[in-house]
Amino acid sequence: MPKLLLCPPEHYGIEYEINPWMSRSRGAKPELAREQWQRLRDKLRSLGCEIELIPPQPKLPDMVFTANAGLVVGQRFIRSNFRFKERRGEAPHFEKWLAAHGYEVVQLPEKLFFEGEGDALFCGDILFCGYRYRSDVQSHQFIGDLLKCLTISVELVDERFYHLDTCFCPLPDGGAIWYPAAFDDYGQRAIRQHLPELIEVEHDEALCFACNAVVVGAQIALPEGSPRLLRKLEDAGYKCHALPMSEFIKAGGACKCLTLFLPQR
Amino acid sequence: MFSQEIELRGHIIDSLLLPKVLDEILSQGGQFKIRQVKIGKQRTDPSYARIEVSGDTPELVDGIVRRLRQHGAEVVQEDNVQLAAAPADGVFPPDFYVTTNQQTFVHLDAKWIEVQPAIMDSGIAVDPKTQKATAVKFVDVRKGTLFAVGHKGVRVAPLQRSTERKSVFEFMASSVSSEKPKSAVIREVAQEMRMAREAGGKVLVVGGPAIVHTGAAEHLEKLIEWGYVNLLFAGNALAVHDIECALYGTALGMYVERGALADEGHENHMRAINTIRAAGGIAKAVESGILRKGIMFQCVKHGIPFVLAGSIRDDGPLPEVITDVVQAQKAMRAKVGGVTVALMMGTMLHSVAVGNLLPATVKTICVDINPAVVTKLTDRGTFQAIGLVTDIEPFLRELTEFLANGVVAGGGDRGNVEAAKPPSTRAATTKTG
Repeated sequence: MPKLLLCPPEHYGIEYEINPWMSRSRGAKPELAREQWQRLRDKLRSLGCEIELIPPQPKLPDMVFTANAGLVVGQRFIRSNFRFKERRGEAPHFEKWLAAHGYEVVQLPEKLFFEGEGDALFCGDILFCGYRYRSDVQSHQFIGDLLKCLTISVELVDERFYHLDTCFCPLPDGGAIWYPAAFDDYGQRAIRQHLPELIEVEHDEALCFACNAVVVGAQIALPEGSPRLLRKLEDAGYKCHALPMSEFIKAGGACKCLTLFLPQR
Repeated sequence: MFSQEIELRGHIIDSLLLPKVLDEILSQGGQFKIRQVKIGKQRTDPSYARIEVSGDTPELVDGIVRRLRQHGAEVVQEDNVQLAAAPADGVFPPDFYVTTNQQTFVHLDAKWIEVQPAIMDSGIAVDPKTQKATAVKFVDVRKGTLFAVGHKGVRVAPLQRSTERKSVFEFMASSVSSEKPKSAVIREVAQEMRMAREAGGKVLVVGGPAIVHTGAAEHLEKLIEWGYVNLLFAGNALAVHDIECALYGTALGMYVERGALADEGHENHMRAINTIRAAGGIAKAVESGILRKGIMFQCVKHGIPFVLAGSIRDDGPLPEVITDVVQAQKAMRAKVGGVTVALMMGTMLHSVAVGNLLPATVKTICVDINPAVVTKLTDRGTFQAIGLVTDIEPFLRELTEFLANGVVAGGGDRGNVEAAKPPSTRAATTKTG
C-alpha cells in the first residue's frame, strides 16, 4: 500500500504571492481549507493509503504542499532547493522528519533549484521533469546521474502551470494525463515520443487543476470541476473521486501538491 | 564573428534539448558549430555536446548564451590570457603572441577584451588595471609592460565569407589574372566607395608615381574633389612628379598631355622639388599660390591628410616627407583608424607596408600592371582584397566615370541601388603643358 506524507493545514493561508494563482486579497478560508484537506486525507486512507503526518510550522503556510519537499526514491530523499525564499524555511523541517524516519537525505548543489515531486514524476522507469519556473534543468541532470534513470526534461511555458504536477500526471498503465499547452513544442514531442497513451485535458479543466491528481492503483483522487476528464478516465477503467479543492487552488495547488509519496518509486 | 563555447549534459537527446538549443541559436540570429557530441550508449546514460555559438557581435552571442543557460547550457570555462613582462625596451617577452590582422580578443577576469587596433605582426600589451589590450609594435615596447604570451586565453574572430554573393569582395577570390571582367569589378569598386562615403567610412588611397606618369592624376584629383578620398599614403615620388606635372606639365620629363619629351625635361622634377623646398613645403606652396593644381594641391585644398614616407632613392625629399621609417609607420598607424576601403595603385612596397597596418576587414583593391605585384599584395593575408591587373589610367578613368555618371545598373545584386553621383558637378582641372 502506498505511504503518503501530508501536512495538516494549521498554518495554511495566502501570505505571499509567488505564482499567478496567489492573491493576498483573496485569502483562503481556514475552516473550509481544513475540511477539504481532511476529506482528501480520509479519501486517500479509504483507498488504502498509509498516511504519515509532518507537524505544520508557523509562518510556513505552504508546508501543506508536501509534494514540493523533495523526491523520495527507495530510501533516498532528494531534498528540494526552493526557488523562492518564502518557502526555503520548509526544507530543514522536511529534512529532519525524513532523516528521523530512516531516509538518507541527498542534498543537491546549492545553486540548483529543485522542487521535488512537484517537478519530478516517474512514469514507468522514466523520470519526467519540468523546468523553468521552479526547478533548474541542471538539477534533472544531477538526479538522472544519481538515480541512473532516464530523465526527460520538459520546459513549462505557462506560468499558471508552474510545476510539472499541475499539468502532467502519470498513470499506472504507462500513460499519463496532461495539458499539452503547458509545454513547449519540444516538451510535447518528447512526452509523446515516450508515452503513446496520453489523455488530454482541455483548457478549462486544466485550470481546475484536473492534472493535480493522486493515483492509487486504478483509483484517482482529483479536484472537482473536470467532468469530461472524469468520463475519459472512467472509460479507460479508472475509478475517480472528485474532491473540492477551492481553498488550495487559491494558492496554486490541489490533491497531488498536498501529498508526497514515500517513496514515489 | 564572435563566439563562445557551451556544453550540454544529460538526456539531451531524449528530452530534445539538443535540437531545441540548436534551433534557438539559429532563431536568435546566431550560428553554431557542434565541436563534440557523445551519445550515451545505454538508455540511462547521459549524453554530452559541446557547441560553439557564434554571432556578429559579442552582445548577440552573450544574449543567446544567456537564453540557453535556462535549457541547461553551461559556458565552457576559458583560461585567462598568460602575461609576461617585456625584458627591455623594444624587446617582447619570449613566446609573445604575434597578432594577425583579424579581430582578436584576450580573456581576462572572465571577460573578453578586444585588442585594438587589429594590426598584424604586433605583440598584445595587456593592462589588467584598465582592462585594455593594445597591439604594439617593437619600437613601442617598454620594459616591464605586460604582454600576452602563448595562446591560452587569446581568441581570433576570423572573418567569414557570406554564403550569398553580395559584393565583388566576396565573390572574387584573391586569384589574380588579367582575364577578369574589369568593368564589372570597377563598377563594384565604385559602389563600395560610394557606400563607404555614405556610411562615414574612410577611403584610403595608396599611390605610386605611375598615377602621374600614366596621366591618371586628373582622375584622382576628381575623386579627391568629390569627397571619395579621405586619406593619402605615398612616397616622395608621387608628390614630386605630381608637383612637376602641376608646375611644368611633365612627369619625369615627359609631357603628360602629349607623350613627348620636354627639352631638358629631366631637370623638371628637381626644379619642382627645389621650388617646394624654397616655399617651405607643399602646404605653404599652395597657400602662396605657387602650387595651383594636381593631387597634392587638391589634398591641401580639401584638407585631406597625407603621409609621405621616404626611401633611399628619393630626390630631395620634399619637406613633408618623413624619412625615418619608424616615424613614418607611426604616422600611418595613427591615421588608418576608420578606414573601410583601401585603393592601392602602382606601388608595391608602399602597398605591402600599408596592407600590414590594416585590419582584415578593410576592403582592399590592388591595381597594378604587373601581375606579380598584384599577387604579392593580395596574398598578404588581407582577407577582402581583390587584385586588378591593368594600367592605372584606364582603371581610374573608368572608376571616375562610374562615380560621375552613377552607372551602377546591372552591377550584380545591387544593380537597383540609386545611382552614385559626385557631390560637385564642377569640371575637373585639366593639365596644360
